Amino acid sequence: MKYALLSDIHSNLHAFDACLAHAQAHGAERMAILGDLVGYGAFPAEVVSRCQALLNEGAIVLRGNHEELIQTHSINTPYPNPSLGSQTAAWTHDQLSPAQRFWLEILPLTAQVEHMLLVHASADAPERWHYVENERTSSLSLDAACANPQVRYVFGGHVHHQSLYYRGMGRQLMAFKPTADVSIPTPKHRQWIATIGSVGQPRDGNPRAMYAMFDSVAEKLTFYRVAYDHRAAARAVREAGLPEFFAQRLETGK
Amino acid sequence: MKRLAAGTELDGFRIGACLHVGGMAHIYEVSYADEHAAPFDMVMKVPRMTASDGAENIVSFEVEHQILQALHGTHVPRLVAAGDLVTMPYLVMEHVPGLTLQQVLNESAQQDTRAKVSDMARMGAAIARAAHSLHQQNTCHLDLKPANVLLHPDGHAVLLDFGLSCHAHYPDFLAEELRLAVGSPAWIAPEQVVGVRGDPRSDIFAIGVMLYELATGALPFGNPQTNGGMRQRLWMDPTPPRRLRDDLPEWFQEVVLRCLEPEAAKRYPSAAHLAFDLEHPEQVKVTKRGQQVLRTPFFTHLKRWLKAAGMHYQPSPLPSQQIEEVPIVMVALPHDEPSDATLYSLRQAVDRSLGIRPGARLAVVTVISPNQSNTTESDKSETTLHRQYRTMLQQWAQPLDLSQHQTSYHVLESTDVANALVRYAEGNNVSMIVLGAATRGLQMQRFVATIPIKVAMESPCTVILVKPSLPFERLMDESNLNPL
Repeated sequence: MKYALLSDIHSNLHAFDACLAHAQAHGAERMAILGDLVGYGAFPAEVVSRCQALLNEGAIVLRGNHEELIQTHSINTPYPNPSLGSQTAAWTHDQLSPAQRFWLEILPLTAQVEHMLLVHASADAPERWHYVENERTSSLSLDAACANPQVRYVFGGHVHHQSLYYRGMGRQLMAFKPTADVSIPTPKHRQWIATIGSVGQPRDGNPRAMYAMFDSVAEKLTFYRVAYDHRAAARAVREAGLPEFFAQRLETGK
Repeated sequence: MKRLAAGTELDGFRIGACLHVGGMAHIYEVSYADEHAAPFDMVMKVPRMTASDGAENIVSFEVEHQILQALHGTHVPRLVAAGDLVTMPYLVMEHVPGLTLQQVLNESAQQDTRAKVSDMARMGAAIARAAHSLHQQNTCHLDLKPANVLLHPDGHAVLLDFGLSCHAHYPDFLAEELRLAVGSPAWIAPEQVVGVRGDPRSDIFAIGVMLYELATGALPFGNPQTNGGMRQRLWMDPTPPRRLRDDLPEWFQEVVLRCLEPEAAKRYPSAAHLAFDLEHPEQVKVTKRGQQVLRTPFFTHLKRWLKAAGMHYQPSPLPSQQIEEVPIVMVALPHDEPSDATLYSLRQAVDRSLGIRPGARLAVVTVISPNQSNTTESDKSETTLHRQYRTMLQQWAQPLDLSQHQTSYHVLESTDVANALVRYAEGNNVSMIVLGAATRGLQMQRFVATIPIKVAMESPCTVILVKPSLPFERLMDESNLNPL
């Protein structure tokens, strides 16, 4: 089965649609949305509707930290010295219907499918949103997930970059920087943990959207970078009156 | 894994004769069990150990499978199928005909003869081309040795056993944080000894060891069994091959010892450069390295040993990127009274192309028609003519600063200029051709305008077409025109 793994969409409908179309064209059979559907971008309600439809078609949809962040904030609630993040969280709160907010609130934190454990942040304490960003933190997440012997792969988002960690000859995990479009053999007798990057807010200097595809039969993982109309997405952020910083971030990918 | 009996069926393959019993694996002839014909002969490689034995050599089996899936071309055996690594590991691949370099070495050892220089150059160039093809695919072999090089009857080399190889696009299962030496002690490059994996120049070092072995029958650094023994090659010069075999030409020693430089940066920057020298011996620039017959004095070794103690090797960028930075640039000069503007413009274009690529190699080429040479008249004899044209090419190149670029000059004979240029570029892994867009020399021939276009269309690489023009101020004052 070919799984399209998409995370950190962040209300970026342009990027999300581009990645979904790309995944379909590349033979994806099941979608997995690994959290942070909303926040930062201009289309929270549309992105949530898309994900609700995908869920009905059999997709996996997980909860990220931004799904929690938007629950408690509202423009009507006075908030002391609001950061840029909380400003957009407040705006997002008001864009979503109570039903949508509730739907986001009760999304699961993890899902186990075949030999994969899917999680937004780290498998060792999913609700605490630890960053998986180096050999040490990835090993914490992988070890926790692999306590279940069925699990050989941990896929997550949260850190907005694409990385793969694996066991080499030594005891520690080894970090590997993937090249886009290359199918990497990831045999299941080894243990693997990957961060698949962000669909809606890349931060590595390249504005192209990120996602990954895992083929559980061929045991291959492919990281993708998808070009989309990031200028239109940035324009929409400005038109919505959201902080300029988030518009520029989409334009520069930084 | 115990030996498989002939006739056994495994995953749709019928096991045939056991062709090879190695320390790591058995090799069997196989065919399809349902008797449908295979497009080529096949072998099955089965490791002696299985994953459940906890043996580490199963990892190299996994690496070989990972890498063979990604490689293509005539220099690697085609992969047919792979068994499950945990339950029944095996690889089925193309059975390439030919002799391994080890068999060639064994034969000459038995007969107590040494290979002819021309044969060694031919085999060396074939191996270098095969390595270059691998490097272009972002892979370093890292375990080149006579047993892993197969010489196909048609002359090209096929590389075998990718168990220690490294593909820049895939995780390296053999890497670890402690950086241990991974390779075969006799052929391992110095940087591999200190745990750097993924430099294509490590393969060039191994080719150097094989050429040394072919030429002298001896290993330049012996076959050390300890890490300390392997570290010797970080500072020690091998005995000059010419000391062991006095009929070896200086150019050959120059090539071999350049491959064996302890610092990767002092070796050939790419295997294509090495193949080029082996195929054009007359163009090899012989230095002290090629001439020496005395062993390096003790004191020099002592100094280098001290330096090597602190030697630090940098991991290299992507192999394909690295070799692209040291391309072979070829410039085609018209031989027939080319205009000053043409020669000037071509020189400018070459200067610009080389200027940003230190280490790039330049081949200056011209094509003359075969009927120009005449065996009876001495001033038109082949060698005289070639010498004249080569001098012309050298004069053209004189104003260029070529201190950072190895340069060679070639006079080709052909009636079909475009075809000769394209074939030359293909044959020598040229990365870029510079030629005139429409030059007077070419205009005098029948299919004038089509020559540069034909080259551009058929060439395997980038082509820069240069329009002849002199600098503006020079045209204003003809009297200032220097001889170009």
